[in-house]
Amino acid sequence: MKMNRRQFFKVCSAGLGGSSIALMGFSPNAALAEVRTFKLARATETRNICPYCSVSCGVLIYSTGDKSKNTPGKIIHIEGDPDNPVNRGTLCPKGAGLRDMVQSANRLKWPEVREPGSAEWKKISWQEAFDRIAKHMKADRDANFVAQNKDGVTVNRWTSTAFLASSAAPNEAGYLTVKTIRALGMTSIDTQARI
Amino acid sequence: MTNHWVDIKNADLIFVMGGNPAEAHPCGFKWAIEAKKNRKAKLVVVDPRFNRTASVADYYAPIRPGSDIAFLGGVINYLLSNDKIHHDYVKAYTNASFLIDDGYGFEDGIFTGYNDEKRSYDKATWKYQMGEDGFAKVDETLQNPRCAFQLLKAHYARYTPDMVAKVCGTPKEAFLKVCEYIAETAAPNKTMTNLYALGWTEHSVGSQNIRCMAIIQLLLGNMGMAGGGINALRGHANVQGITDFALYAQNLPGYLAVPSDAEPDLKTFLEKKTPKMLRPGQMNFGQNLPKWYVSLHKAWWGNAATKENGFAYDFMPKLAGASDVLSIFDQMYQGKINGFLCQGFNPLASVANKKKVSDALAKLKYMVVMDPLATDTSEFWKPHGEFNDVKPAEIQTEVFRLPTSLFAETTGSFTNSGRVIQWRWKAVDAPGDAKDDTEIMATLFLKLKDMYAKDGGAYSEPIQKLTWAYRIPTKPSAEELMMEYNGKALADVLDPKDPTKVLVKAGDQLPSFAMLRDDGSTTCGNWIYCGVWSQAGNNSARRDNSDPSGLGQTLNWGFAWPVNRRILYNRASADPSGKPWDPQRTVLKWLGDKWGGNDIPDMRPDAAPDQNVMPFIMTGEGVGRLFAVGLMAEGPFPEHYEPFESPLETNPMHPKNPKARANPAARVYKGDMEAFGTAKDFPYVGTTYRLTEHFHYWTKQSQINAIMQPEQFVEIGEELAKEKGIAIGDKVKVRSNRGFIKAVAVVTKRIKALDVDGQKVHTIGIPIHYGFKGATKPGFITNTLTPFVGDANTQTPEYKAFLVNIEKA
Repeated sequence: MKMNRRQFFKVCSAGLGGSSIALMGFSPNAALAEVRTFKLARATETRNICPYCSVSCGVLIYSTGDKSKNTPGKIIHIEGDPDNPVNRGTLCPKGAGLRDMVQSANRLKWPEVREPGSAEWKKISWQEAFDRIAKHMKADRDANFVAQNKDGVTVNRWTSTAFLASSAAPNEAGYLTVKTIRALGMTSIDTQARI
Repeated sequence: MTNHWVDIKNADLIFVMGGNPAEAHPCGFKWAIEAKKNRKAKLVVVDPRFNRTASVADYYAPIRPGSDIAFLGGVINYLLSNDKIHHDYVKAYTNASFLIDDGYGFEDGIFTGYNDEKRSYDKATWKYQMGEDGFAKVDETLQNPRCAFQLLKAHYARYTPDMVAKVCGTPKEAFLKVCEYIAETAAPNKTMTNLYALGWTEHSVGSQNIRCMAIIQLLLGNMGMAGGGINALRGHANVQGITDFALYAQNLPGYLAVPSDAEPDLKTFLEKKTPKMLRPGQMNFGQNLPKWYVSLHKAWWGNAATKENGFAYDFMPKLAGASDVLSIFDQMYQGKINGFLCQGFNPLASVANKKKVSDALAKLKYMVVMDPLATDTSEFWKPHGEFNDVKPAEIQTEVFRLPTSLFAETTGSFTNSGRVIQWRWKAVDAPGDAKDDTEIMATLFLKLKDMYAKDGGAYSEPIQKLTWAYRIPTKPSAEELMMEYNGKALADVLDPKDPTKVLVKAGDQLPSFAMLRDDGSTTCGNWIYCGVWSQAGNNSARRDNSDPSGLGQTLNWGFAWPVNRRILYNRASADPSGKPWDPQRTVLKWLGDKWGGNDIPDMRPDAAPDQNVMPFIMTGEGVGRLFAVGLMAEGPFPEHYEPFESPLETNPMHPKNPKARANPAARVYKGDMEAFGTAKDFPYVGTTYRLTEHFHYWTKQSQINAIMQPEQFVEIGEELAKEKGIAIGDKVKVRSNRGFIKAVAVVTKRIKALDVDGQKVHTIGIPIHYGFKGATKPGFITNTLTPFVGDANTQTPEYKAFLVNIEKA
């Protein structure tokens, strides 16, 4: 008895389990019978949330590797989390493209500076970036910090450097950000949430 | 959302206006479809475009952009004049019976107390009449002409169906049909859920659009009910969380007031900001402000915050007046801001009037962009052909660009639009040398702290004393941060009724904000999140999705703020005696000795119904406000004003009063008023919108999304296309008084010309998602066109209604 691949699956799905194939009185070509495991079965599954709209759909991220220190993983697939009571495994056309967002050709990989008047970016180290930014911030804060208003009321504010915050950052990043910038005295603060 | 995503399935009517969830929130919108399928719920859509939500609706009505208050005011009038309100609910749970100050009035579009030089109101008369007992006066019969109910009736009597048709361009019969659908939910056991999004907020009257719906939902008795409520379908996955943590100037985490110059010390601040009880026996939950505020200072400044120094009151900077994206960019434009840190935000694309934003950025000394992607903002100085026509040599801003991680590369929590906090786990490392936002903020802060310790400089005590008990100082972990903002007991927390009883042991995580104290014995970085990491551990990581209620409450999935409550104001889902208005959808009921049911009670658990503790516990009067006492910038009742750029010369409701043409209390900066265009040069209404394949200015960086919607287009109706000789696929130029964009024309039947006040009004739909950086074809930034003016309360820019012209490019 000869069967092609499609017919073989048809027969199997008609109610015959794999183990009963032999009972059918034939043994299919070896290559057809070989069971290929799903690629995802070997992947590491991580629960996360789609960062786009505020439905905040649960997602399952599948990556290579087992998260051990020397085997950096790579995301191979992202799909909706069927356990999540809101999205129940679905994703929309935005969320369906999540893997391409994580692996976008426009991801930034190192700190850069664009010097005044220049037309180009220049790669710099984190050390240099932090040093130069902190120097700018301190100079501006020291020059413009207002300890008291004109009526002598203590106000302790720094208005001349502004901060705009993301709405895609996790709560914990938002909390640390508001804690540190308020401690610095910043009041020119806003978030994407407004718009 | 007062309710949550899954709860939409419990509605009898889903009323969508100011949003398009089928395309913008598809996976949440499935619950509207579930309601239609399983409850025979109806879906009604009001929108300028026949969008995909409308395409599956039971009824659709068109409307001119920016005329929502006229429409909704018409609905209020319909409900009142046809007696389609939930009487018992209105009488008990709203301020309908409250008497309003005799000085309050409204004339020709302007409320009492207007100062047209300052463009603002003195709200002294927008208040209740107070009795000698110190409480607000009421008239239970609702007959007193000064009661809120009678004033409401009088105010909206002008919003007749004919007036609605004249102002909105909605055919009168279509408007009345929508009213009939809405009116059916006045029955105690019928609910309407309202879904709205940026189509309501992005107007110079945005907050009042939503206020209209609050009035309607109170009149219908739909607040607190399963399948009811007012549900804002918000932006990013954690836009709710970042708002809750107050990454903006006017609040501190948990919507706490910020000290201003008028409150020199803690005592004055707490006295002024703690609300007073306005009716006897109410919870007036805001009276706990001192506990929340002191606990925040203890979380941030620890031992340096003592009773003697007002818990380090002076460490908190005092509010310096307006601070919002528009005011910040205006200050920058005027050269008053030197530095700008931009964390995961693309304001060149997303803020109104790109030219002004670009000119403002060019005046900076330094700018720091922290982002996972190469954004348009980070390259505002770089020429990208006609899409970004700038000369780098003339721009002296020093720009730093720091790579950060994306969602898949960090651990931490997001809060969805339904206030449910959910934990996420890191899957892979970020590419290259990218770092988490927390590590960048921590490293920068510690560096500054070090520099101040070594070199001195302006007042640095708040910096030196900031609590920093993180295992790796430059890398505070998400777990450490969540535990910190949840808060803990510094000393044993005792039961106020029985001081021998210890409620929380010193050192333990707090289970709820009820344990917070104002004596410095508790810490809490965000009171509304208290309980998310209790002694039981990380409650946001709970994943039990069982739903014994059948209502979709899933109380053991994640953790909702406040105290895991899923439906706000849920006490109002039961009648005054404690019986559910609809026993089929019981949210809460009185069990004889306590409140129980399918949610965490939004009520003192032992408050017996006969104690008359009312459901709206955050207000001093305990009831919902038909008349908004002193809070809104432009009046206690919403009134229709035209958009700042309108095709009409006058406000049809007040044709003789130019002051009442556009929102009289909206802030307009010098230069921006002059940059408004008129219908003579720009005869068409422009309105921005979003595509289902794209998310803001973000997915243009993703290959597959770029393949699905590769190129910028604008949408016009067939009639206008014919008039202008524009065919589908033609390249067109759309101009406003602030600039132009070029895009492909898409001619559809989805946007129709409307007859407004005797003139034909065409609308042009303009998707926002394109720019000069990304995987999509380079495009113009849509906000080149939009006006630099915002809602008078929130300053959210008027992206949804402005004037443009169109021609073949």
